[in-house]
Amino acid sequence: MSQMMFILVSAIFVENFVLSKFLGICPFLGVSKKLDSAVGMSLAVTFVMCISTAVTWPLYTYLLKPKNLDYMQTVVFILVIAALVQLVEIILKKYVPALHQSLGVYLPLITTNCAVLGVTILNVDGAKAFSYGQAMVNSVGAGLGFMLAMVLFSGVRSRVETSDRPESFKGLPATLIAASIVSVAFMGFSGVAEGIFH
Amino acid sequence: MEIYLIPVGLVTLIGILAGLGLALASKFMAVPVDETFDKVRACLPGVNCGACGYAGCDDYAKALTQNNGIKTNLCIPGGDGAAKAISEALGVEFEDVEEQSAVVRCAGNCEVSSYVMDYEGPQTCAACNTFYQGRRSCSSACLGYGDCVDVCQYDAIHIENGVAVVDKSRCVGCGMCAKMCPNNLITIVPFTSNVTVTCSSHDKGAYTRKVCKVGCIGCRKCEKSCPTGAITVNDNLAAIDPAKCINCEVCVGQCPTGAIQVIKCKNLEA
Repeated sequence: MSQMMFILVSAIFVENFVLSKFLGICPFLGVSKKLDSAVGMSLAVTFVMCISTAVTWPLYTYLLKPKNLDYMQTVVFILVIAALVQLVEIILKKYVPALHQSLGVYLPLITTNCAVLGVTILNVDGAKAFSYGQAMVNSVGAGLGFMLAMVLFSGVRSRVETSDRPESFKGLPATLIAASIVSVAFMGFSGVAEGIFH
Repeated sequence: MEIYLIPVGLVTLIGILAGLGLALASKFMAVPVDETFDKVRACLPGVNCGACGYAGCDDYAKALTQNNGIKTNLCIPGGDGAAKAISEALGVEFEDVEEQSAVVRCAGNCEVSSYVMDYEGPQTCAACNTFYQGRRSCSSACLGYGDCVDVCQYDAIHIENGVAVVDKSRCVGCGMCAKMCPNNLITIVPFTSNVTVTCSSHDKGAYTRKVCKVGCIGCRKCEKSCPTGAITVNDNLAAIDPAKCINCEVCVGQCPTGAIQVIKCKNLEA
Protein backbone atom coordinates (compact mmCIF):
# COMPACT_ATOMS: atom_id res chain seq x y z
CA MET A 1 0.00 0.00 0.00
CA SER A 2 2.73 2.43 0.95
CA GLN A 3 4.49 1.44 -2.28
CA MET A 4 1.38 2.51 -4.23
CA MET A 5 1.13 5.79 -2.30
CA PHE A 6 4.79 6.39 -3.01
CA ILE A 7 4.25 5.89 -6.75
CA LEU A 8 1.17 8.11 -6.73
CA VAL A 9 2.78 10.98 -4.81
CA SER A 10 5.98 10.89 -6.81
CA ALA A 11 4.05 10.79 -10.10
CA ILE A 12 2.05 13.85 -9.09
CA PHE A 13 4.69 16.02 -7.50
CA VAL A 14 8.27 14.79 -7.84
CA GLU A 15 8.16 13.37 -11.33
CA ASN A 16 5.48 15.72 -12.60
CA PHE A 17 5.11 14.97 -16.29
CA VAL A 18 4.89 18.54 -17.42
CA LEU A 19 7.10 20.36 -14.98
CA SER A 20 9.87 17.82 -14.34
CA LYS A 21 9.85 15.56 -17.39
CA PHE A 22 8.77 18.27 -19.85
CA LEU A 23 6.30 16.02 -21.62
CA GLY A 24 2.99 17.32 -22.93
CA ILE A 25 4.22 20.90 -23.19
CA CYS A 26 2.04 21.59 -26.23
CA PRO A 27 -1.33 21.22 -24.46
CA PHE A 28 0.23 22.74 -21.34
CA LEU A 29 0.92 25.99 -23.20
CA GLY A 30 -1.99 25.74 -25.59
CA VAL A 31 -4.97 24.97 -23.40
CA SER A 32 -4.00 26.62 -20.12
CA LYS A 33 -5.49 30.00 -21.02
CA LYS A 34 -8.76 29.33 -19.27
CA LEU A 35 -9.35 27.33 -16.11
CA ASP A 36 -12.34 25.31 -17.34
CA SER A 37 -10.72 24.23 -20.58
CA ALA A 38 -7.55 23.36 -18.62
CA VAL A 39 -9.57 21.10 -16.33
CA GLY A 40 -11.41 19.53 -19.29
CA MET A 41 -8.18 18.83 -21.10
CA SER A 42 -6.47 17.31 -18.06
CA LEU A 43 -9.47 15.10 -17.30
CA ALA A 44 -9.32 13.81 -20.86
CA VAL A 45 -5.55 13.24 -20.57
CA THR A 46 -5.93 11.35 -17.27
CA PHE A 47 -8.66 9.22 -18.78
CA VAL A 48 -6.66 8.38 -21.90
CA MET A 49 -3.51 7.68 -19.87
CA CYS A 50 -5.40 5.11 -17.79
CA ILE A 51 -7.06 3.25 -20.65
CA SER A 52 -3.93 3.21 -22.76
CA THR A 53 -1.83 1.88 -19.89
CA ALA A 54 -4.48 -0.76 -19.25
CA VAL A 55 -4.02 -2.01 -22.81
CA THR A 56 -0.37 -1.36 -23.63
CA TRP A 57 1.09 -2.88 -20.45
CA PRO A 58 -0.21 -6.42 -21.11
CA LEU A 59 0.52 -6.02 -24.83
CA TYR A 60 4.15 -5.20 -24.08
CA THR A 61 4.69 -7.69 -21.27
CA TYR A 62 3.01 -10.70 -22.83
CA LEU A 63 3.56 -10.10 -26.55
CA LEU A 64 6.44 -7.78 -27.39
CA LYS A 65 8.85 -8.64 -24.56
CA PRO A 66 8.83 -12.46 -24.89
CA LYS A 67 9.37 -12.21 -28.66
CA ASN A 68 12.21 -9.67 -28.24
CA LEU A 69 10.29 -7.02 -30.13
CA ASP A 70 10.96 -4.23 -27.63
CA TYR A 71 12.06 -1.92 -30.40
CA MET A 72 8.54 -2.00 -31.84
CA GLN A 73 7.02 -0.46 -28.74
CA THR A 74 6.67 3.12 -30.01
CA VAL A 75 4.95 2.10 -33.23
CA VAL A 76 2.67 -0.43 -31.58
CA PHE A 77 1.82 1.88 -28.67
CA ILE A 78 0.89 4.80 -30.91
CA LEU A 79 -1.23 2.56 -33.09
CA VAL A 80 -3.02 1.06 -30.12
CA ILE A 81 -3.53 4.35 -28.30
CA ALA A 82 -4.88 6.12 -31.39
CA ALA A 83 -7.34 3.31 -32.14
CA LEU A 84 -8.36 3.13 -28.50
CA VAL A 85 -9.06 6.84 -28.19
CA GLN A 86 -11.14 6.73 -31.33
CA LEU A 87 -13.09 3.78 -29.97
CA VAL A 88 -13.65 5.49 -26.64
CA GLU A 89 -14.89 8.56 -28.45
CA ILE A 90 -17.43 6.53 -30.38
CA ILE A 91 -18.59 4.77 -27.22
CA LEU A 92 -18.85 8.01 -25.27
CA LYS A 93 -20.79 9.70 -28.06
CA LYS A 94 -23.32 6.89 -28.00
CA TYR A 95 -23.71 6.16 -24.30
CA VAL A 96 -22.47 9.18 -22.34
CA PRO A 97 -23.20 12.22 -24.52
CA ALA A 98 -22.74 14.63 -21.62
CA LEU A 99 -19.18 13.44 -20.98
CA HIS A 100 -18.54 13.42 -24.72
CA GLN A 101 -19.60 17.06 -24.92
CA SER A 102 -17.17 18.14 -22.23
CA LEU A 103 -14.24 15.91 -23.28
CA GLY A 104 -15.12 15.76 -26.96
CA VAL A 105 -12.99 18.61 -28.21
CA TYR A 106 -9.90 17.42 -26.36
CA LEU A 107 -10.05 13.68 -26.98
CA PRO A 108 -8.83 13.70 -30.61
CA LEU A 109 -6.19 16.27 -29.66
CA ILE A 110 -4.45 13.88 -27.30
CA THR A 111 -4.52 10.62 -29.26
CA THR A 112 -0.78 10.73 -29.69
CA ASN A 113 0.09 13.31 -27.07
CA CYS A 114 3.68 12.73 -25.95
CA ALA A 115 2.65 12.70 -22.28
CA VAL A 116 0.32 9.77 -22.96
CA LEU A 117 2.94 7.90 -24.97
CA GLY A 118 5.52 8.82 -22.32
CA VAL A 119 3.53 7.34 -19.47
CA THR A 120 2.90 4.06 -21.30
CA ILE A 121 6.57 3.69 -22.24
CA LEU A 122 7.91 4.65 -18.81
CA ASN A 123 5.54 2.14 -17.21
CA VAL A 124 7.25 -0.77 -18.95
CA ASP A 125 10.68 0.76 -19.33
CA GLY A 126 13.85 -0.97 -18.22
CA ALA A 127 14.86 -1.40 -14.59
CA LYS A 128 11.97 0.62 -13.15
CA ALA A 129 9.31 -1.49 -14.86
CA PHE A 130 6.10 -1.52 -12.84
CA SER A 131 3.68 -4.35 -12.17
CA TYR A 132 0.20 -3.97 -13.69
CA GLY A 133 -1.32 -2.41 -10.56
CA GLN A 134 1.63 -0.09 -10.09
CA ALA A 135 1.48 0.95 -13.73
CA MET A 136 -2.18 1.89 -13.38
CA VAL A 137 -1.50 3.90 -10.22
CA ASN A 138 1.40 5.59 -11.96
CA SER A 139 -0.75 6.63 -14.91
CA VAL A 140 -3.48 7.98 -12.64
CA GLY A 141 -0.78 9.93 -10.78
CA ALA A 142 0.71 11.22 -14.02
CA GLY A 143 -2.73 12.41 -15.12
CA LEU A 144 -3.40 14.12 -11.80
CA GLY A 145 0.05 15.72 -11.96
CA PHE A 146 -0.78 16.98 -15.43
CA MET A 147 -4.02 18.44 -14.08
CA LEU A 148 -2.21 20.05 -11.15
CA ALA A 149 0.29 21.67 -13.49
CA MET A 150 -2.45 22.86 -15.87
CA VAL A 151 -4.64 24.31 -13.13
CA LEU A 152 -1.73 26.02 -11.36
CA PHE A 153 -0.42 27.40 -14.59
CA SER A 154 -3.77 28.70 -15.82
CA GLY A 155 -3.91 30.72 -12.58
CA VAL A 156 -0.37 31.99 -13.04
CA ARG A 157 -1.10 32.78 -16.65
CA SER A 158 -4.20 34.83 -16.01
CA ARG A 159 -2.11 36.99 -13.66
CA VAL A 160 0.72 37.31 -16.17
CA GLU A 161 -1.66 38.26 -18.98
CA THR A 162 -3.13 41.19 -17.07
CA SER A 163 0.10 42.50 -15.61
CA ASP A 164 2.08 45.29 -17.15
CA ARG A 165 5.13 43.96 -18.94
CA PRO A 166 7.57 45.11 -21.61
CA GLU A 167 6.27 45.00 -25.18
CA SER A 168 8.82 42.39 -26.26
CA PHE A 169 7.70 39.97 -23.53
CA LYS A 170 4.01 40.08 -24.33
CA GLY A 171 2.37 36.82 -25.34
CA LEU A 172 4.39 33.64 -25.57
CA PRO A 173 7.74 34.87 -24.11
CA ALA A 174 6.17 35.88 -20.80
CA THR A 175 4.23 32.59 -20.77
CA LEU A 176 7.37 30.55 -21.32
CA ILE A 177 9.25 32.39 -18.59
CA ALA A 178 6.33 31.90 -16.20
CA ALA A 179 6.28 28.20 -17.11
CA SER A 180 9.97 27.85 -16.33
CA ILE A 181 9.54 29.53 -12.96
CA VAL A 182 6.63 27.22 -12.07
CA SER A 183 8.82 24.32 -13.14
CA VAL A 184 11.67 25.50 -10.92
CA ALA A 185 9.20 25.64 -8.03
CA PHE A 186 8.42 21.96 -8.58
CA MET A 187 12.09 21.07 -8.17
CA GLY A 188 11.52 21.76 -4.50
CA PHE A 189 9.59 18.48 -4.32
CA SER A 190 12.58 16.32 -5.23
CA GLY A 191 13.21 13.80 -2.47
CA VAL A 192 9.98 14.62 -0.66
CA ALA A 193 8.26 11.34 -1.60
CA GLU A 194 11.25 9.26 -0.46
CA GLY A 195 11.31 11.20 2.79
CA ILE A 196 7.65 10.46 3.53
CA PHE A 197 7.39 6.81 2.53
CA HIS A 198 10.84 5.32 3.33
CA MET B 1 13.48 -13.40 -43.17
CA GLU B 2 11.60 -14.21 -40.05
CA ILE B 3 13.07 -11.17 -38.27
CA TYR B 4 11.20 -8.93 -40.64
CA LEU B 5 8.04 -10.93 -41.03
CA ILE B 6 7.07 -11.17 -37.38
CA PRO B 7 7.14 -7.44 -36.49
CA VAL B 8 5.59 -6.40 -39.81
CA GLY B 9 2.93 -9.05 -39.46
CA LEU B 10 2.31 -8.06 -35.86
CA VAL B 11 1.77 -4.38 -36.61
CA THR B 12 -0.39 -5.24 -39.61
CA LEU B 13 -2.43 -7.57 -37.47
CA ILE B 14 -2.92 -5.00 -34.73
CA GLY B 15 -3.78 -2.41 -37.36
CA ILE B 16 -6.34 -4.63 -39.01
CA LEU B 17 -7.85 -5.60 -35.65
CA ALA B 18 -8.06 -1.98 -34.54
CA GLY B 19 -9.53 -0.98 -37.90
CA LEU B 20 -12.10 -3.74 -37.76
CA GLY B 21 -12.98 -2.84 -34.19
CA LEU B 22 -13.46 0.80 -35.10
CA ALA B 23 -15.46 -0.03 -38.19
CA LEU B 24 -17.75 -2.30 -36.19
CA ALA B 25 -18.05 0.25 -33.40
CA SER B 26 -18.93 3.07 -35.77
CA LYS B 27 -21.49 0.82 -37.43
CA PHE B 28 -23.21 -0.42 -34.31
CA MET B 29 -22.83 2.64 -32.14
CA ALA B 30 -23.44 5.28 -34.74
CA VAL B 31 -25.40 8.22 -33.44
CA PRO B 32 -27.88 9.33 -36.06
CA VAL B 33 -26.80 12.79 -37.15
CA ASP B 34 -29.57 15.13 -38.11
CA GLU B 35 -28.84 16.15 -41.68
CA THR B 36 -30.94 19.27 -41.49
CA PHE B 37 -28.77 20.45 -38.60
CA ASP B 38 -25.69 20.44 -40.82
CA LYS B 39 -27.62 22.22 -43.57
CA VAL B 40 -28.93 24.89 -41.24
CA ARG B 41 -25.56 25.32 -39.55
CA ALA B 42 -23.91 25.85 -42.93
CA CYS B 43 -26.28 28.78 -43.57
CA LEU B 44 -25.19 30.63 -40.45
CA PRO B 45 -22.11 32.84 -40.51
CA GLY B 46 -20.36 31.17 -37.55
CA VAL B 47 -19.56 34.40 -35.72
CA ASN B 48 -21.12 33.08 -32.49
CA CYS B 49 -22.18 36.61 -31.57
CA GLY B 50 -25.38 35.64 -29.78
CA ALA B 51 -27.51 38.32 -31.46
CA CYS B 52 -30.16 35.64 -32.13
CA GLY B 53 -30.51 35.04 -28.40
CA TYR B 54 -28.87 31.59 -28.45
CA ALA B 55 -25.44 30.63 -27.15
CA GLY B 56 -23.85 30.63 -30.59
CA CYS B 57 -24.48 29.48 -34.14
CA ASP B 58 -24.48 25.78 -33.20
CA ASP B 59 -27.06 26.37 -30.52
CA TYR B 60 -29.33 28.37 -32.82
CA ALA B 61 -29.08 25.74 -35.56
CA LYS B 62 -29.92 23.04 -33.02
CA ALA B 63 -32.93 24.97 -31.79
CA LEU B 64 -34.09 25.56 -35.36
CA THR B 65 -33.92 21.88 -36.27
CA GLN B 66 -35.58 20.65 -33.08
CA ASN B 67 -38.44 23.13 -32.69
CA ASN B 68 -40.56 24.14 -35.60
CA GLY B 69 -41.86 27.36 -34.14
CA ILE B 70 -38.57 29.26 -34.02
CA LYS B 71 -38.18 32.14 -36.40
CA THR B 72 -35.60 31.83 -39.13
CA ASN B 73 -34.85 35.54 -39.28
CA LEU B 74 -33.09 35.91 -35.92
CA CYS B 75 -29.57 35.89 -37.36
CA ILE B 76 -28.67 39.54 -37.74
CA PRO B 77 -25.11 39.24 -39.12
CA GLY B 78 -26.36 36.76 -41.72
CA GLY B 79 -29.18 39.08 -42.76
CA ASP B 80 -31.68 38.21 -45.47
CA GLY B 81 -29.30 35.77 -47.15
CA ALA B 82 -28.98 33.52 -44.12
CA ALA B 83 -32.69 33.72 -43.31
CA LYS B 84 -33.59 32.73 -46.88
CA ALA B 85 -31.14 29.82 -46.86
CA ILE B 86 -32.40 28.57 -43.49
CA SER B 87 -36.00 28.85 -44.58
CA GLU B 88 -35.19 26.83 -47.67
CA ALA B 89 -33.34 24.18 -45.67
CA LEU B 90 -36.22 23.83 -43.25
CA GLY B 91 -38.94 24.27 -45.82
CA VAL B 92 -40.69 27.12 -44.05
CA GLU B 93 -41.79 30.53 -45.22
CA PHE B 94 -39.17 33.25 -45.39
CA GLU B 95 -39.53 36.36 -43.30
CA ASP B 96 -37.59 39.53 -43.85
CA VAL B 97 -34.80 40.35 -41.43
CA GLU B 98 -34.83 43.81 -39.97
CA GLU B 99 -31.25 44.84 -40.49
CA GLN B 100 -29.67 46.58 -37.58
CA SER B 101 -26.53 48.47 -36.79
CA ALA B 102 -24.75 49.76 -33.73
CA VAL B 103 -24.60 53.39 -32.66
CA VAL B 104 -22.26 54.88 -30.08
CA ARG B 105 -24.18 57.21 -27.83
CA CYS B 106 -21.24 59.50 -27.07
CA ALA B 107 -19.62 62.16 -29.21
CA GLY B 108 -17.27 63.56 -26.59
CA ASN B 109 -14.06 63.51 -28.60
CA CYS B 110 -10.82 65.23 -27.66
CA GLU B 111 -12.02 68.61 -29.01
CA VAL B 112 -15.22 68.93 -27.00
CA SER B 113 -14.25 67.33 -23.70
CA SER B 114 -10.96 66.73 -21.95
CA TYR B 115 -9.04 64.05 -20.13
CA VAL B 116 -8.77 64.68 -16.43
CA MET B 117 -6.09 62.13 -15.68
CA ASP B 118 -3.06 60.48 -17.16
CA TYR B 119 -4.11 56.84 -16.79
CA GLU B 120 -1.27 54.32 -16.93
CA GLY B 121 -2.92 51.07 -15.81
CA PRO B 122 -3.93 48.21 -18.11
CA GLN B 123 -4.95 49.83 -21.35
CA THR B 124 -8.47 48.53 -21.62
CA CYS B 125 -11.83 50.27 -21.23
CA ALA B 126 -12.96 47.71 -18.67
CA ALA B 127 -9.95 48.26 -16.36
CA CYS B 128 -9.98 52.02 -16.70
CA ASN B 129 -13.71 52.16 -15.96
CA THR B 130 -13.44 49.81 -12.96
CA PHE B 131 -10.66 51.73 -11.30
CA TYR B 132 -11.44 55.37 -12.08
CA GLN B 133 -14.82 55.49 -13.87
CA GLY B 134 -13.02 56.55 -16.99
CA ARG B 135 -10.37 59.14 -17.63
CA ARG B 136 -12.57 61.86 -19.09
CA SER B 137 -14.23 64.71 -17.30
CA CYS B 138 -17.60 63.04 -18.01
CA SER B 139 -18.10 59.69 -16.29
CA SER B 140 -20.41 58.36 -19.01
CA ALA B 141 -18.02 59.18 -21.82
CA CYS B 142 -16.44 56.77 -24.27
CA LEU B 143 -13.27 55.46 -22.65
CA GLY B 144 -11.43 55.29 -25.93
CA TYR B 145 -9.28 52.18 -25.38
CA GLY B 146 -11.20 50.24 -27.98
CA ASP B 147 -12.53 47.14 -26.19
CA CYS B 148 -15.30 47.34 -28.80
CA VAL B 149 -12.75 47.57 -31.62
CA ASP B 150 -11.04 44.40 -30.43
CA VAL B 151 -14.26 42.41 -30.28
CA CYS B 152 -15.64 43.51 -33.67
CA GLN B 153 -15.22 40.82 -36.30
CA TYR B 154 -16.22 43.08 -39.18
CA ASP B 155 -13.75 45.94 -38.69
CA ALA B 156 -16.77 48.21 -38.35
CA ILE B 157 -15.92 50.23 -35.25
CA HIS B 158 -12.86 52.40 -34.71
CA ILE B 159 -11.56 54.92 -32.23
CA GLU B 160 -11.51 58.31 -33.89
CA ASN B 161 -10.17 61.24 -31.92
CA GLY B 162 -10.79 59.44 -28.63
CA VAL B 163 -14.32 58.23 -29.35
CA ALA B 164 -15.59 54.98 -30.86
CA VAL B 165 -17.26 55.53 -34.22
CA VAL B 166 -19.31 52.89 -36.05
CA ASP B 167 -18.85 52.46 -39.76
CA LYS B 168 -22.44 51.82 -40.74
CA SER B 169 -21.54 50.38 -44.13
CA ARG B 170 -19.67 47.52 -42.43
CA CYS B 171 -21.66 47.05 -39.22
CA VAL B 172 -24.01 44.06 -39.26
CA GLY B 173 -25.58 44.77 -35.88
CA CYS B 174 -24.41 41.62 -34.09
CA GLY B 175 -24.17 43.57 -30.84
CA MET B 176 -20.85 42.19 -29.61
CA CYS B 177 -19.45 45.71 -29.09
CA ALA B 178 -22.57 46.66 -27.12
CA LYS B 179 -21.88 43.80 -24.73
CA MET B 180 -18.23 44.80 -24.31
CA CYS B 181 -18.70 48.50 -23.56
CA PRO B 182 -18.37 48.99 -19.79
CA ASN B 183 -20.36 52.24 -19.98
CA ASN B 184 -23.11 50.66 -22.10
CA LEU B 185 -22.72 53.43 -24.65
CA ILE B 186 -23.44 51.28 -27.67
CA THR B 187 -26.99 50.39 -28.64
CA ILE B 188 -28.33 48.39 -31.54
CA VAL B 189 -30.91 50.26 -33.60
CA PRO B 190 -32.65 49.47 -36.89
CA PHE B 191 -30.41 50.15 -39.86
CA THR B 192 -32.95 52.61 -41.27
CA SER B 193 -32.96 54.97 -38.29
CA ASN B 194 -30.44 57.70 -38.91
CA VAL B 195 -31.06 60.14 -36.07
CA THR B 196 -29.27 59.41 -32.83
CA VAL B 197 -28.83 61.08 -29.48
CA THR B 198 -25.07 60.97 -29.14
CA CYS B 199 -24.90 61.33 -25.39
CA SER B 200 -25.51 58.97 -22.48
CA SER B 201 -25.00 61.31 -19.55
CA HIS B 202 -27.74 61.49 -16.94
CA ASP B 203 -25.95 64.37 -15.18
CA LYS B 204 -27.77 67.69 -14.72
CA GLY B 205 -27.65 70.04 -17.70
CA ALA B 206 -25.40 72.61 -16.06
CA TYR B 207 -22.81 69.98 -15.14
CA THR B 208 -22.95 68.27 -18.53
CA ARG B 209 -22.37 71.63 -20.19
CA LYS B 210 -19.30 72.21 -18.05
CA VAL B 211 -17.60 68.90 -18.91
CA CYS B 212 -18.62 68.41 -22.55
CA LYS B 213 -19.64 70.76 -25.33
CA VAL B 214 -21.85 68.25 -27.15
CA GLY B 215 -23.67 66.62 -24.22
CA CYS B 216 -27.43 66.41 -23.84
CA ILE B 217 -28.55 68.95 -21.26
CA GLY B 218 -32.14 67.77 -21.08
CA CYS B 219 -33.71 71.05 -22.34
CA ARG B 220 -36.65 69.23 -23.98
CA LYS B 221 -36.53 71.32 -27.16
CA CYS B 222 -36.34 68.17 -29.26
CA GLU B 223 -39.21 66.60 -27.39
CA LYS B 224 -41.44 69.59 -28.19
CA SER B 225 -40.36 69.86 -31.81
CA CYS B 226 -40.74 66.20 -32.74
CA PRO B 227 -43.78 65.79 -35.02
CA THR B 228 -44.33 62.14 -34.17
CA GLY B 229 -43.59 62.24 -30.45
CA ALA B 230 -40.68 59.86 -30.84
CA ILE B 231 -38.43 61.69 -28.40
CA THR B 232 -38.78 61.60 -24.65
CA VAL B 233 -36.48 63.31 -22.19
CA ASN B 234 -36.03 61.30 -19.06
CA ASP B 235 -33.55 61.93 -16.25
CA ASN B 236 -31.78 64.74 -18.16
CA LEU B 237 -31.29 62.68 -21.27
CA ALA B 238 -33.19 62.57 -24.55
CA ALA B 239 -34.04 59.20 -26.08
CA ILE B 240 -35.41 58.50 -29.54
CA ASP B 241 -37.83 55.65 -30.09
CA PRO B 242 -36.72 54.20 -33.43
CA ALA B 243 -40.16 52.71 -34.00
CA LYS B 244 -41.74 56.18 -34.11
CA CYS B 245 -38.89 58.19 -35.62
CA ILE B 246 -39.41 59.13 -39.27
CA ASN B 247 -35.91 60.57 -39.83
CA CYS B 248 -37.30 64.06 -40.45
CA GLU B 249 -34.26 65.56 -38.66
CA VAL B 250 -36.22 68.46 -37.16
CA CYS B 251 -34.76 67.75 -33.73
CA VAL B 252 -31.21 67.91 -35.12
CA GLY B 253 -31.69 71.58 -35.96
CA GLN B 254 -33.39 72.29 -32.64
CA CYS B 255 -30.73 70.86 -30.34
CA PRO B 256 -28.68 73.73 -28.84
CA THR B 257 -25.63 71.59 -28.09
CA GLY B 258 -25.61 69.36 -31.15
CA ALA B 259 -26.21 66.23 -29.10
CA ILE B 260 -28.53 64.81 -31.76
CA GLN B 261 -26.74 63.77 -34.89
CA VAL B 262 -27.53 62.21 -38.22
CA ILE B 263 -25.46 59.11 -38.76
CA LYS B 264 -25.91 57.66 -42.22
CA CYS B 265 -24.27 54.86 -44.05
CA LYS B 266 -21.43 56.43 -46.01
CA ASN B 267 -21.88 54.19 -49.01
CA LEU B 268 -25.53 55.15 -49.42
CA GLU B 269 -24.75 58.85 -49.30
CA ALA B 270 -22.29 58.68 -52.13
